[in-house]
Amino acid sequence: MDTALHAPVIARPPPDHTAGPLAWLRANLFADWKNTLATLVVAAIIARLLPDIVDWALVHAIARPDNAACRALEHSGACWGVIAEKYRLILFGRYPYDAQWRPLVATLLMVAMLVASCTRALWSRWLVTAWIAVLALFFALMRGGIAGLAPVETARWGGVPLTMLLSTLSIAAAFPIAILVALGRRSHLPAIRTLCIVYVELIRGVPLISVLFMASFMFPLFMPPGITVDVLVRVLVGITLFAAAYLAEVVRGGLQAIPKGQHEAAAAMGLSYWQTQRKIILPQALRMVVPSIMNSFISTFKDTSLVTIVSLYDLTGSLALALGGDADWRQFYLEGYLFIAAIYWTFCFAMSRYSQWVEHHLNIGHSHR
Amino acid sequence: MHSKKRDWSWRSRATRGLIYQAVAVAAIAAVVWFLAHNTLENMRVRGIQSGFGFFTQPAGFDIGESAFAFDSSDPYWKAFLVGLSNTLRAAVVGVVLTTILGTLIGIGRLSRNFLVRSLCTGYVELFRNIPVLLQLLMWYFVLNEWLPPVSEALHPLPGIFLSKSGMSFPVPEWEQGHLVTLAGLVVGLAGAWFYRRRAGAAFERTGDARPMVWPALAIAAIGALLGWLVGGAPTALEFPVRNDLNVSGGGAVTPEFLAVTIGLTVYTASFVAEIVRSGIQSVPWGQTEAAGALGLSRGQALKLVLLPQALRVIIPPLTNQYLNLTKNSSLAVAVGYPDLVSISNTTLNQTGRAVECIAVIMAVYLTLSLVTAGLMNWYNARSAIRER
Repeated sequence: MDTALHAPVIARPPPDHTAGPLAWLRANLFADWKNTLATLVVAAIIARLLPDIVDWALVHAIARPDNAACRALEHSGACWGVIAEKYRLILFGRYPYDAQWRPLVATLLMVAMLVASCTRALWSRWLVTAWIAVLALFFALMRGGIAGLAPVETARWGGVPLTMLLSTLSIAAAFPIAILVALGRRSHLPAIRTLCIVYVELIRGVPLISVLFMASFMFPLFMPPGITVDVLVRVLVGITLFAAAYLAEVVRGGLQAIPKGQHEAAAAMGLSYWQTQRKIILPQALRMVVPSIMNSFISTFKDTSLVTIVSLYDLTGSLALALGGDADWRQFYLEGYLFIAAIYWTFCFAMSRYSQWVEHHLNIGHSHR
Repeated sequence: MHSKKRDWSWRSRATRGLIYQAVAVAAIAAVVWFLAHNTLENMRVRGIQSGFGFFTQPAGFDIGESAFAFDSSDPYWKAFLVGLSNTLRAAVVGVVLTTILGTLIGIGRLSRNFLVRSLCTGYVELFRNIPVLLQLLMWYFVLNEWLPPVSEALHPLPGIFLSKSGMSFPVPEWEQGHLVTLAGLVVGLAGAWFYRRRAGAAFERTGDARPMVWPALAIAAIGALLGWLVGGAPTALEFPVRNDLNVSGGGAVTPEFLAVTIGLTVYTASFVAEIVRSGIQSVPWGQTEAAGALGLSRGQALKLVLLPQALRVIIPPLTNQYLNLTKNSSLAVAVGYPDLVSISNTTLNQTGRAVECIAVIMAVYLTLSLVTAGLMNWYNARSAIRER
């Protein structure tokens, strides 16, 4: 009798297309009229610009170092030939032409070492030793003067090896300074705290270029008469001090995030100040700010391009060296800029991707506890 | 102090602290003395004069663009002032454009539309990973090499000319009527303020929420419009005109200025976009739902619930980016835009007063940074969560 009451309600039909390419298209491109309009507008812009760009960069481009043919293009196509013609000068600057295998090997060593340092399986104390060895080898190769290599003064170093050297050394030197300054800024000793605050705020308040001007023009005045310091070292000191101030603020951010209980627990265990910092506080604080630290590294890497303004021939400077004085090729600067922009971009993008990986990795370690 | 009697032994934390500080201060003082002594000694040996006395001497160089009249017989201090005004001009234009572009791209990164989303992500990843100096140089080269000479200036929009010599655009011709328009705008703004106050008071009294934004904007606009009509409705625009040799009339900016502002804007916008995106994402979705559950409209929810929380996350890093942009405008020296650093550099090469010139640069940028930081701290304190 009551069976009619229990008659099953007819199931609703499944929603059509919740998965698959069609559903994706609908959700991401044609969800409603606004979405569809945006799709159409963007697609129209791309359709308008992309063929021109492809035409310029690929279809009408000339890859062989043929100056006459490149000029005949009148910018209707890219002249990648300028890179085929000048790549040694762009990559290695004024380094003696016959000895350019040395900066090449030195750079490859450095890159290999950087990749090795990023590989978790290789994280150990040996890495420090390996770094010292690689840096020694780098300098030996670049400077020469031993093992039958002809000496090359630092004024002739340039291009990629110089950019690598400046960024690696300044980051490596800035990191310990930054940690000390960050700790000093949170110290309970007023004089030390004040010194650290003044240093950080002073450096962060001025542009890097003024620090480099100082290293380049004023530093010689700072030294006792008769003592000259290589301009490379002076610039390196400038970039290091600059990077350290920014990094110190990043580290301080991490330090501030550590709860007070950690300090108290460490004190209760009888750990000294330095033991507390080294074993308890810093490992947690640094882990927390890995992404910001990597951002700081990327900034420093990009900032090394500014040494061009004080007449060092890093990657940016050696491009100007290669093309600036050459009336035949000067009009193809843009292709040269794009080439070195691609090099910078590759390094920076790799670093930012690596930082995401590290963040993910360290977080996983966290959640397993 | 815990005990009346001071414990001077090494075991006392206070004593050790004092000694550490004394050592640190003494070390810094020794280094500073050493450097200052060397500098003075070196300057004496090399016969370099010091002091800012050269400020009143004629500069002897011309400056390509300047907010006010300057020629080579004007003193150095005026040259520095021109440099400062050029720095500020590039920085202010850059900050405004960066904020607009960065906000649009930051919101675009969160779009539901795949094309918009990918385009904005691509923009960010492309431009923030290339050194800003390289970008400035690239823009400058493109503007200089790829644009036609001034006699064949491009004419993309009516009244706008684009060529190797820069961009010309129409500017309104100055008339008395503009002053009246301005006065009308001021009156309109005052009216808008009164309206908002009354609407706010009415809301407090009756709980009846009246629209706050659009009527206020309308009142201000009507004020300006009335002023414009009373002033005789001046519509005259001074259009640039292309002759055989040049483009004259109207407003104009140099390719150096264009390269600096475009380069800085494009670079900094990629960072601002990330800040805006993370600020928006930092407000949990539950807040939107809760606002809806309370019966707030979308606009009200945005204004009263979402934006205040997002802005609290956005503003501090955004200020940092504004400061970065201002500091990066010093790279204008590389493309020959006569900013403060460029003028200082020229002065330094002419007079050899390295210490003074670098001191001027540092003092100016430090002041700018500290003033901005002070304003930001004030804002931050105002917008911080009031904990009870």
